[in-house]
Amino acid sequence: MKKKVLSALLCVSMAATMLVGCGGKTDDAAADAPAAEDTTDAAADTEEPAAEDTTDAADDSAAATDADLTTDKTFCLIVKSAGNPYNQKEADGFKEAIEAQGGTFVLQEPAAADAESQITCINNAISQGVDAIAIAANDADALQPALTEAKNAGIHVLALDSATNAASREVFCNQAGITQVGETLMEAVKDISGGEGKWAILSAASTATNQNAWIDSMKSVMEDSAYSGLELVGVYYGDDEYQKSVDQTDAILSENPDVKVICAPTTVGIMAAAKVVEDKGLAGQVKVTGLGLPSEMADYIGADDSHSCPYMFLWNPIDLGKLAGYTSIALVNGVITGAEGDSFTAPDGTAYEVTAASDGGTEIILGPPYGFNPDNIEEWKSVY
Amino acid sequence: MAGKSGREIIAEQPFSWKHLFLRWESMLVLLLVVVNIMNIAISDKYWSVTGLFRATNSFLNIAFMVLPMCFVLILGDIDISVGSILAFSATMLGVTYNAGAPMGVAVLVALLTGTVCGCINGLIATRFTELNPMIITFGTQVVYRGLCEIILGDQSTGGLNNVMWFSNLYWGKLGGVVPYMFIIFVVCAVIFGIVQHKTTFGRRMYAIGANREAARYSGINVQGTRFIVFVITGLFSAVAAIFTAASMGSINNAVGKGTEMDAIGICVLGGIMTDGGKGNFIGAMISVFLLGLLEYGLGLVNVSSNVMLVVKGALLVISVMIPNLKIVGNRKKKVA
Repeated sequence: MKKKVLSALLCVSMAATMLVGCGGKTDDAAADAPAAEDTTDAAADTEEPAAEDTTDAADDSAAATDADLTTDKTFCLIVKSAGNPYNQKEADGFKEAIEAQGGTFVLQEPAAADAESQITCINNAISQGVDAIAIAANDADALQPALTEAKNAGIHVLALDSATNAASREVFCNQAGITQVGETLMEAVKDISGGEGKWAILSAASTATNQNAWIDSMKSVMEDSAYSGLELVGVYYGDDEYQKSVDQTDAILSENPDVKVICAPTTVGIMAAAKVVEDKGLAGQVKVTGLGLPSEMADYIGADDSHSCPYMFLWNPIDLGKLAGYTSIALVNGVITGAEGDSFTAPDGTAYEVTAASDGGTEIILGPPYGFNPDNIEEWKSVY
Repeated sequence: MAGKSGREIIAEQPFSWKHLFLRWESMLVLLLVVVNIMNIAISDKYWSVTGLFRATNSFLNIAFMVLPMCFVLILGDIDISVGSILAFSATMLGVTYNAGAPMGVAVLVALLTGTVCGCINGLIATRFTELNPMIITFGTQVVYRGLCEIILGDQSTGGLNNVMWFSNLYWGKLGGVVPYMFIIFVVCAVIFGIVQHKTTFGRRMYAIGANREAARYSGINVQGTRFIVFVITGLFSAVAAIFTAASMGSINNAVGKGTEMDAIGICVLGGIMTDGGKGNFIGAMISVFLLGLLEYGLGLVNVSSNVMLVVKGALLVISVMIPNLKIVGNRKKKVA
């Protein structure tokens, strides 16, 4: 008797756990009850089969407005990892751009900031039959087979924030020119350190394309004689995880007690480094700069010795998400093909042009990096 | 068979439908059906042949590690270094290929690396029997992962998908429909299942797991069996590494992190408890597909990966709790 009761309880509790899935993120699935009859209702709201739509879109001339062509199309965004405010802002921007044109937005967040989880996300997107995938890559090369599979299924592939290799994508939405970022950050390091001394880089994942591109750019800018007084003691990898970034900052400080500047071109890293430096009371000797979210860094930005960060840079990830959204609409509607020299006008009036990227592919650049300092941080910290 | 007194003495339990339906594996089958119904209900993209085979491809490369993990758990041992063996084998594969060797040689090197890692695990476990295999494999896990990081540094070794036949191991499909990896997995699973349930080697494993000392006194070569199982585990982690490398085309030092816990979790959900001596291979196979399809179905409706972790964790906790609840019930009965 007890066994029967327990077995029944087991089935009921497991079935109840199943219902968690029905409270998922899509608008249509949440409303439906998990019954077979509702399948047809679900189909009405969700995407239509990808293959036919994409070929139609490619054949259509750009005579119809973007809005007419975009309804019934689904656009998938795959971010670098879950639970990261920067990625969340990107997703918000992308969603706004897509839904303003009447398209359907789908977000896939990988469980960990690595390539294997993103491959699972890409497979999910292919199975859902989306029309375009915009991905911020955790690894430049490891996603190539999966993205090639997506392209073969008729899905348009573009990268944003962190590029895949040129063969995996049609175009890359770059937040800032790589040389621009490198020059801006090196200038900041030189200015904060006074032109000489030791400095270290605290990065994210060692395979992240954008990180490596900016670091290489900084290193080549540093070859100029103006920076000869600066010594880079090493590149430390925090993997975009808060605790690991804290540990790596501790490592920087203990291995190089006379380090003057820590440059962290990642929002997780700069926040961790700024906190560690302030907590240890070293904000007078060691300064932190790099790329950070104003909302996270507001407490650490200040000109005096109690604040570890005099100023830092970023771009608006919401705008980057929007650019990726407009670009994917343009790709799906056949307005651009991702070739160099293509151009399109976004619904908000800005014109964007596709230029050659340094890795052999093509890119669209959002604009120059924006500086955050004690004067403007109050204004921006509530925006993103 | 009739004894001298003429009474029937039967060594096996007579077949009973009630016993069949109340088995753990039947619950798993029921759960699998429930998951499939739920997935069909929440997404009309679920029930398609290409979609389902694409889904199986995502989880089957880790499932190759589940096959020997069943053996390990039945023995009462545990091996948490499989993820790192995967990483190390994949690293050796990539490094060998990029050093100029043909891909076939690189694949053999990877299998050899896995086998050697398994041998090391087995040697330590059988020579130092007082050490808990959890501690041994915890140590070797760190060592193998460290070796990857030394060899690769922060770079990744790539270009593996330039070799068509290698890439087709993961991406190729027989007749354009059934992935080769699925076929290979089914064949391996059948072999492992037969070994576990129909051979004396399998029965020896169950005996060792149930009571190691009694098995030793019965003349079973306990350490020899344990050694063989550790070696097989290493070998099949290398097999999983080959498929993982084929899926990505490039290897970095973080591949396979956390996969050992996934493998153990799948086995435990399948009814193979970590104490050893209990469990059915079919249960582990059902739970491979159960967890894989659950994750796929939820992924199709874009459920956040964080929520999926909670669901998987809850399933595992429930699966471990329920058998223990039964025991508590029996104890209460006896006292009264």
